[in-house]
Formats: sequence, C-alpha cells, structure tokens
Amino acid sequence: MTERFGSVSELRSALDAEQTSSRELIERSLQRASGVGERLSVFVDLQNDQAVAAADAADARRAAGETRSPLDGIPLVIKDNIVQQGERAGCASRILEGYVSPFDSTVVAKLRAAGAVVIGRANMDEFAMGSSTENSAYGPSRNPWDLERSPGGSSGGSTAAVAADIVPLALGSDTGGSIRQPAAFCGVVGMKPTYGRVSRYGLVAFASSLDQIGPLGRSAADCATLLDVISGHDPKDSTSLPEPALTTASALTGDVSGLTIGLPREYFETEGADPALLEKVRVAAGMLEAQGAKLVEVDLPHARYAVAAYYLIATAEASSNLARFDGVRYGRRAEGAANLKELYERTRSEGFGAEVKRRILLGTYVLSAGYYEAYYRKAQKIRTLLRQDFDAAFAGCDVLLTPTTPETAFRLGDKTEDPLTMYLSDIYTVSANLAGLPGVSLPCGLVEGLPVGLQVLGRPMEDAAVLRVADAYQRLTDHHLARPEDLA
Amino acid sequence: MSAHPDYEVVIGLEVHVQLRTRSKLFSTAGVSYGDEPNQHTTPVCLALPGALPVLNAEAVELAIRAGVATNCTIHPTSIFARKNYFYPDLPKGYQISQFEEPLCTDGWLEIETDSGGPKRIQLTRIHMEEDAGKSLHDGPTDRSRIDLNRAGVPLVEIVSEPDLRSAEEATAYLRKLHAILRTTGVSDADMEKGQFRCDANVSLRKHGEAELGTRREIKNVNSFRFVEAAIEAEVDYQADLIDAGGEVRQATVGYDAESDRLFLMRLKENADDYRYFPDPDLIPLVISQERIDAIRAALPELPDARRHRFEEAHGLAAADAAKLVGAGALADFFEAAVAAGAEPKAAANWLTRDVLAWLNEQEREPGDAVPGPEGFRLDPEGPSFNAEGFAGLLGLVDAGRLTTKSARDLLPDLLAEGGDPERLMQERGLEAVSDSGALEALADDVLASQPKAIASFKEGDKKAVNFLMGQVMKQSQGKADPAQIRQILIAKLEAL
Repeated sequence: MTERFGSVSELRSALDAEQTSSRELIERSLQRASGVGERLSVFVDLQNDQAVAAADAADARRAAGETRSPLDGIPLVIKDNIVQQGERAGCASRILEGYVSPFDSTVVAKLRAAGAVVIGRANMDEFAMGSSTENSAYGPSRNPWDLERSPGGSSGGSTAAVAADIVPLALGSDTGGSIRQPAAFCGVVGMKPTYGRVSRYGLVAFASSLDQIGPLGRSAADCATLLDVISGHDPKDSTSLPEPALTTASALTGDVSGLTIGLPREYFETEGADPALLEKVRVAAGMLEAQGAKLVEVDLPHARYAVAAYYLIATAEASSNLARFDGVRYGRRAEGAANLKELYERTRSEGFGAEVKRRILLGTYVLSAGYYEAYYRKAQKIRTLLRQDFDAAFAGCDVLLTPTTPETAFRLGDKTEDPLTMYLSDIYTVSANLAGLPGVSLPCGLVEGLPVGLQVLGRPMEDAAVLRVADAYQRLTDHHLARPEDLA
Repeated sequence: MSAHPDYEVVIGLEVHVQLRTRSKLFSTAGVSYGDEPNQHTTPVCLALPGALPVLNAEAVELAIRAGVATNCTIHPTSIFARKNYFYPDLPKGYQISQFEEPLCTDGWLEIETDSGGPKRIQLTRIHMEEDAGKSLHDGPTDRSRIDLNRAGVPLVEIVSEPDLRSAEEATAYLRKLHAILRTTGVSDADMEKGQFRCDANVSLRKHGEAELGTRREIKNVNSFRFVEAAIEAEVDYQADLIDAGGEVRQATVGYDAESDRLFLMRLKENADDYRYFPDPDLIPLVISQERIDAIRAALPELPDARRHRFEEAHGLAAADAAKLVGAGALADFFEAAVAAGAEPKAAANWLTRDVLAWLNEQEREPGDAVPGPEGFRLDPEGPSFNAEGFAGLLGLVDAGRLTTKSARDLLPDLLAEGGDPERLMQERGLEAVSDSGALEALADDVLASQPKAIASFKEGDKKAVNFLMGQVMKQSQGKADPAQIRQILIAKLEAL
C-alpha cells in the first residue's frame, strides 16, 4: 500500500495486479476521513459499513473477472446536496435535519452501477450558497494547505477531501464556480461540464438553470474518468442533453498543436486581481504555445456584468427552489406554531442560515411584479449578451485560458462580514454557468505557498476539449502533484 | 327576460378541466380518484429534495386536441412558468403553469341562445397546468392532513373572453365546452369528481357603456345547475347593491348550493404577486406543425357537426338534435338505438322528453348516467339498459302491443334496472288489449253503467265520448289503444 493515493489508473493497475484490494483502499480512506478529515471538517457523514460492504463486493467481482468500470472499487465522496437512497441529504442546512432520501440521484445510481464506493458525504456551504464553506450549518471546512484558510466553496468539503488525500475523487456541484473555485484554492482539478451533460436529478436545486454536478480529482485524466461514468442523457431531467455518455478519457492525447487558445483581455484587467496569479496564467499559456498552440487575445465586453446578472438569476431561482422547505412534509418543523403562517415563518427562520435567507429575500425581490423587468428580465438579457460574447470569442479560438480566481485562498472569516466581496471571488467562474460552457480549473503553481488555479473554458459540448488542454498542461508540469504537508 | 333591465350582465368563465391521462403532468404517478390518501405520489409529487419534473407527452396531446377542437391557434413554442405561493397543498411552493406564452390562444366556440340563433364566444387562451393537492380538516384530531394524490394531476385552464351576457348563456357555453371535451376524449369531465370546474367572473354595467364594471369571481362551481343559480344570485346581488347606491368591490365569492347563497371568501384589494418566471427545470414545449395537423385530422366528429348530421340524416328537429348532442352520451345512445332498428324521430322524442326528464328527476347529468352506447347504468356494478332494449321498447309501441302510457310506466324501471322490455311487459300484464271482442265487452260494461253520459251524447254533447273513453281505459288498466276504443264507443253510441 502506497502512502498516498496515486492516479485512478495507477489504483486500477494496483488492484488488477492484486497489490491492493478495494477493501484496503476504502479502509485507508475511512481511516484518513476520521483522522485528517475530522481536523478539516470535510465530512457531514461517513458511510463506513456500506462502504466496506461495497468494497468487498467490488473485490469479489474483480476476483471473478467481472469488473464493472474503471471506477469499480474506487473510493469517492459526494457533496451533501446529491441524494442517495437511504442516506441523509442535508445540504449542510438545519432545515433538512433528519431528512433521509428515499431515492438515488441519477449520478449516484450511475456510480453504484459502475461499482464506485461512496465513503461519505462532504461538507458544503448551505444549499451550495457561498464561496468558502463557511455557510455550513456544521461549521466551515478548512484548507489542507493552511488550516486557517478557507478551502473555497461551496464544494469545499469535497475538494478538501481530495486535496488532503482522503479520496482520489469527489463529486461537487457548480452553480457559479463552486467546483472550480475550491479546486483552485485547494490545488486540485475540478470541472464544471457543459450544462445538461450530467443529470441534475437528485441534486438538490440551488439555481436550476446554472447548477451542474461535476468531478474533482488530482488530474484531468481522473476527472475525465469520473465524468465519463456520470454523464449521459437522463429522461428524469428535462434539461439533460440528448447525448450519450461522454468518452473524454480516451480523448486525452496531450496534443495541443494547432489549437488556438484565447486570452480574454477583460479577465486580465480585473480590478483587485492578484498580479502574481495572472502571471501564472500567462506562463501556463506560454508553455502551451511552446507545444504548438496559438495564442490570441479575445474580448468579452459584457464580462463585467456577469457577477451582477449571476446573483440576480441565481437568487431568483433559489427563492423559488427553496420554497419547498416549509416544514410541512419533511425535514425540520418548528415547534409550537399557532397557525400555518407561523409554521412557515418559524420553520424557515430557524432552519435557514443568514446567507440563504439573504439570497431568498433578494430573489423574491427581483422576481416581484414591480421589479421583474428591472432586474430579472434585464439579467436574462445580460445572460444572452454574455453567450453572444462567448460565441464571438470562440469563433476565433478553441478554448479560453483564464485565472480561476482573483486571489489565492483567503482566511476564514475574512469575507464573512462583507457578502459582496465574497461574491466577487466568483468573478472568473460565473460566466461559464450563465453561458452553459464546460470549464475546468487545474493547479498552475503556488503563490506564497498557496495553490493557484488555471481555468480552461470551452465551447458548449466541448467537454473533451477543455479536459484535453488541462491534461496536456499536466503532462508538461507537475503542479498537480504538489501536496500540502501531510496532516495525518 | 332579464330581471334587471337597466344592466347588461358581463360574464367571463375560467374552466379547469382534468386531462384524461394515465399519469400526472410531470411525474409517473398514476391519476386516480377516491383512493387512500398519498397512494399516488412520487418524489416529484411530494417535492422531495432533488426531484425534477418531466412533461407528460399524453397530456400535451390532449391539450392540443382541446385547442384544435375549439378553433385555437396552437403555438409552436410555449413556456412553462412557476407561479410561486405558499400553501400546504402546494408541495413545491409553486404551481407549474403556463403564463406569458401559453399553448393555445384565440379560439372560439358557438352556443345556441334562447333569443334564437348561434352566438360565437371567444376563447382567450387554453394553457396547461398542474393541480394542487388537498387539505383534509375533518380528521379525529385538530390537526390538518394533506393528501397529495391530486397534486400534479394535469389540467387545462380554458379562459373565455367576457362575451357571455346571461346565466343561460354561461350554462350553454359550459355545456358546449363539456360536450366538445368529452367527444374528443380530452377529458371525462366528470363534474362530481372535480374534473370540470368553473370560476365565473361577473360584472354589471349600464347598457351602452364600454367599460367593464368591477367584477366579482365565483369560485369553483361544479354543476351546470349551480353555475346558473350562482350567477343569477350574483347578478341579483350586484344589481341590488348598485340600485341602492352601493359600489361593487372586487372579491372572490363561493356559492353554497344548499342554501342557494353566495358567501364572501376574500376581498381583493391588490393584485396577487405570484412572482411568475419561466421554470428553469423545464425546456420550452416545442410542437411541430405536422403534429398539430395530425391531431386535427384525427379529431372525431364534433358536437356541432353531429347536430347537423342528426338533423339531416335522421330528420330531427333542431332543438331535439341540440338536446341529444348537448348530452354527448345521449347522442351515442341515440345512434346505437337507431342502429338497432329504432325509428329515429320516435327515439329522439323519447330521449329528449322522457329520458331527460327521468335523469332530471334522478338529479343526474345525462353524462353521468349514460356511459355511451352500451347503455344506462346508474350503479357502475348494476345492470344496464342498452340501446337494443330501448329499440325493442319503441318497437312494441310501434306495433301497438304496448300503449304509450304503458311504455312510459315501464321506462323508469328499465332505465334503472335494465332488462328485456317485452318480458317486463308480460310480467306486469301490460300488453295492449287489441282484441276487439274484449274491448267491446269492456265498452258494453261501461255503457251499461253510465246512462247519464249516454243521454248527454244523445243530446249532442260529443265530449261525453271522452269521459266514456276514460272509463274504458281505466277498466283496461291503460292497456287499450285509445283510438280503437273511441272507434268502438262511437259505433256503439250511434247504434243506440
């Protein structure tokens, strides 16, 4: 047994060669989960017994020569907003206390079918609202590179679990950057697929038109392997693309010659962005250029409106999506309400945290009859303009290379008093959600000992292209192999 | 004639119709009525975290059918919106409906008015939406319970322009709509099961005024009779109020059929803010022209066309044809009886007069008791009276074996219990006495006991025959043919 998890393909080789067993992998994961995982507060639930049983079943299959998929017997964690039959699904919120899902999300059903082993549920910002995991009802997760810093959010738990070598893979969800931003903060690879690639059935909705489940892992290749398993059309999700499952893993050739890479001018002129991070991105671009890629500058003239449009649309949808948490059918119900209105008010007052309340109020306001045109409708128009910006940009290039975040991981508590500065940490990521694009964040070095994220954005449907560029970069560099000091 | 001649009554109707689908609008749960609470639910119906709606193609098909049958424009793209409000019956906290871009707009249908001639009523729109659940407040504890069997059941809401000018017109419109929806299989439209529910917006204005008066909305009335009564009560209320110098305030009212009274549900001071926006979980509903054309081509004969055919092919009076077709199942029964050999005019007479009167007595809508050509069946498990039996009954009358009176006596039992009319006639000993010997003997008996009537006749009072006829009929227990008795009596009187 190696001290650290290798890549998924290395783990598979080790399993095939009987150098290890799934049981051994799972036990290692569980052990680290209750050790370092505890210190980082990355789990809201561990599924020890089920995980060990699933590992034994995977070992039995492998012995019988019936391995189901490249992920058979491999441990992973999933975010607390992705439901599993018979398991709690809390979205790190008090309002879902005690709620156990009676059904599997489609991604979990696919993971089960593939033999992958879920070892636990990861901490997150409540209902995926946040950029630091500080909005969790269970308290914040911590960044493995510096325990005083945030792992990012909202998939901070999933991401930190990969970064801390508890599991090789994790699932997160990305509404405005919630996979890519923590991936950047924690020095791992995180991907938001094209909207509709991965079924949202069983993902507790934050903002339906923006949410997308995606993989987190050490490398682009590992993410591709996981994405291929969870992608594909799902008749239970009306917004699911009518496409078969992806085969991105086989498309990772390492070849970028002939590829045109666009560098969005506006993203390098953002006020408040750390020049050291921008420099890392330029260096990365230069390396790809040296491999035969062509670099061009492109314009995204409406980029500066993206965060505003994002927070209008996301909060509008959230205010409606979260109306179902009313204390009537499941989850927490306030005690002692005298009438129906009081039941709603008290349940929601007690159950939701401050950030969720702030967004529900904002969303309710922007949808209200008097302000709909001024806010929601206008935001949708900006969304259209942003899509057109990307269409125009992609007419001249194949992928875009950008920073993932304007700065490295911030300290816990630094931004909690000022939601607007917190919202700006998504400045480079939200546009991909508004436009439905695939995007990946990968490590491109350290600044003052903290990881820096490089973001690759692609045309809609070109998930394979962004992963190919990310993989090519990782073949040239070893930034993704950098690890925080072991915390065990 | 209007009871309030100073005012013009303006009525617009919103009708909610349950589509005849096997499953719900956005979930695979079955559609049922009267089952144990919460038996027909999925994570989607219960709004469990992570559940997503998927549109039922069968419901779309039926909604388009409703649109083409009412001359609507069917839009190639329509949008589902969320209508947000908190209510325990509404699990998601919003109802999925269509708002800015509905499936169908600008339709019309024609009603027959009492003042004679058809009138065209415009339909503003037909949109698809899901039903809410049901709160139960009648349990053993002081807690309320929620039944979500109905949550997500597919509906279309059919909205008319304020083109209706009286309670009678409103009822005629509803009957026509009901007949179209049943004929086309869009809905069973069973009003007792809430499959066809009507909200009526009623306002009054002085004749010649262009502006609409303040309206009040009568909610959820579920029978034609009650709609008519409720609108009449509402018109009385508003006219009296205005006459007395009052002002109508916008409000939602209910109608209590038992007391024939309206009651205030809530005053509407401000517009509700439902915060509609396009449902991001659903993609736009896109329908090809080919699909619309195919649905139009496959439409069955609509009530208006059927009425014309009845008039032309069977020589029915316009009013009879309209009555039959207005109760679609009665028209099916009529056609089946004609196919079984009944003479069309006689069949139409019996159905529109005697059978409708009987249904009325039963307080049944024709549609409830007549499932179609297979026959009358009050109790779903019970025996039925089918079209062959009905044709047989008319045949007995036509052959002189059963008098009209006896046939009328038999009819209610046959309708309620089913059975063979000939056998029932024999069991009851109702076969007409046509044997002239027996009739002559009866006539002789009566004449022997009525010297006064004979004297009157002799004095030229020809009406005395009618009295004597009545006596003979009585003796025959209604089994004799009146014309035949008359003939015999006159012959005997003149021979005296």
